[in-house]
Amino acid sequence: MLETRETHGPSSTETASRAAPYPATDATEQEPDDVARDKQLKRDEILGILSRHDGNRGGLISILDAIQAKHGYLSADALKVVADETGRSLTDIYGVATFYKSFSLKPRGKHLCSVCTGTACHVRGAPIIAQEFERQLGTSAGEMTADKEFTLETVNCLGACALGPIVVVDGHYFSNVDSARVKRVIKKTRAGLDKVEIKGDKRVFPITVSCSRCNHSLMEPGHLIDGAPSIRVTVSFEWKHGWLRLSSLYGSYTLESEYKIPVDTVLDFFCPHCHADLKGASDCPNCGAPMVSMIVQNGGIAQICSRRGCKGHMLDLDGGGF
Amino acid sequence: MITLQINGLEVAVEEGTTLLEAARFLGFPIPTLCHMDGLSPYGACRLCVVEIGEGPRAKLVSSCTYPAQDGLKVRTASSRVVRARKMVLELLLASCPQSKTIQDLASAHNVHRQRFRQEYEDCILCGLCVRMCEEQMMAKAIGFRGRGQTRSIGTPFDIKSEECRLCGGCMYVCPACQLRCTYTEPEKAVCGGCANVSPPCVEKEQFDDMMCYMTPCVACEIEK
Repeated sequence: MLETRETHGPSSTETASRAAPYPATDATEQEPDDVARDKQLKRDEILGILSRHDGNRGGLISILDAIQAKHGYLSADALKVVADETGRSLTDIYGVATFYKSFSLKPRGKHLCSVCTGTACHVRGAPIIAQEFERQLGTSAGEMTADKEFTLETVNCLGACALGPIVVVDGHYFSNVDSARVKRVIKKTRAGLDKVEIKGDKRVFPITVSCSRCNHSLMEPGHLIDGAPSIRVTVSFEWKHGWLRLSSLYGSYTLESEYKIPVDTVLDFFCPHCHADLKGASDCPNCGAPMVSMIVQNGGIAQICSRRGCKGHMLDLDGGGF
Repeated sequence: MITLQINGLEVAVEEGTTLLEAARFLGFPIPTLCHMDGLSPYGACRLCVVEIGEGPRAKLVSSCTYPAQDGLKVRTASSRVVRARKMVLELLLASCPQSKTIQDLASAHNVHRQRFRQEYEDCILCGLCVRMCEEQMMAKAIGFRGRGQTRSIGTPFDIKSEECRLCGGCMYVCPACQLRCTYTEPEKAVCGGCANVSPPCVEKEQFDDMMCYMTPCVACEIEK
């Protein structure tokens, strides 16, 4: 955002004249052109979400949920678009958005850090931990840090009282947290929570796979990823067709590809030898995209989600079922 | 037609009639706060509770939302009902003591003091204004926001609504505030009326003979 602003040169007067009737969001600092484009882009995304929930009057919560998953929060403009398109009043939608605590009307940081302050966690020192987070992040509960990395919030109970005090960062649970561990939690989050420690993690192990149709091995011993032979397949998306190399370590999400694949793209996977579609019979339990199935040597089927960025996977070593 | 018994009297009413309407048809008074003819029943204030059923299965229901049923036995002023109503009034007094409507109701029911922590709210969340805005004025400019302790009534994002026509219907029906006024921040007010009309004592020299009739006076409170 900042780079584009530099190239165009800021002009605050024009920005002010374009101010929306609803409280302006983070967009006020941008160029009017950027604001308009950004707005249009977000509008298109919302329209796409709405078209998926077409004709479903009870789908307001899922619509808001999908918008929040995409934008990180519910902006005033987004609620306005939903109101206009669904024909419901803005009052109703605002009422729903403020009723549920999982909806946020303020921009959220990249990582959401929830500190449990429920009864069990409270007596084990959750307030001190919340204070420590506030001190370390330089923000207060319910607010975003200045660098837009973290949003800190306190929640009332996460339902894991035996493990308290509990801190959840982006769906990763940290149990028995004390104030000395706060710094480590933040450091680990900044480094990336999804990064898999390949060495020493017993849940990560190499598999050898082959095409489910021609049974030709998909392994490429000459090309190493994570220090193990990679799996090579052909993928296509948006009229692009190229190779994709996956780590053969089950549990690692490292991959290399010929083209840069945007997150959320659902890819078509093909065998590079017989060109058969590798699409399996089932859908991803996480996101609903088709699963890609490959035969594991020594019997069994490994399935991975075909959506870029989704971590849905299944391993069925008995080989039955599918 | 449905036949039911209210306080021992047989009455036949049409299907879909509520207990409140049936009782009022017979002339039994039931106090209400959140009920208004022409607006959908809501059952928020619980002042209109009546006792239905007999013996150990008797229970309290809000008569404004309960449809009449064949053979139902209703008591509109049993000791249990009166006790429940008095409690409701005490709780209403605890939150909105300045409301004339609530004070009148309380004294009519012989409630002269309340035992809870005194608050000075200007809303009992009865939803009359919300229903008025939606059902009679066809505007839907105001609605409920938030949840639990932070539940409130107002416009989305607390700014002047595009749907609002400044009809004043919300203030007309409100039992808790005679004027839903947010004087200190006029642009947030639904009506915006107080941005133009200042309380008389703000400009003392202009109205120095004027007697103040407002208790508590908004302007004096702000000056303090």
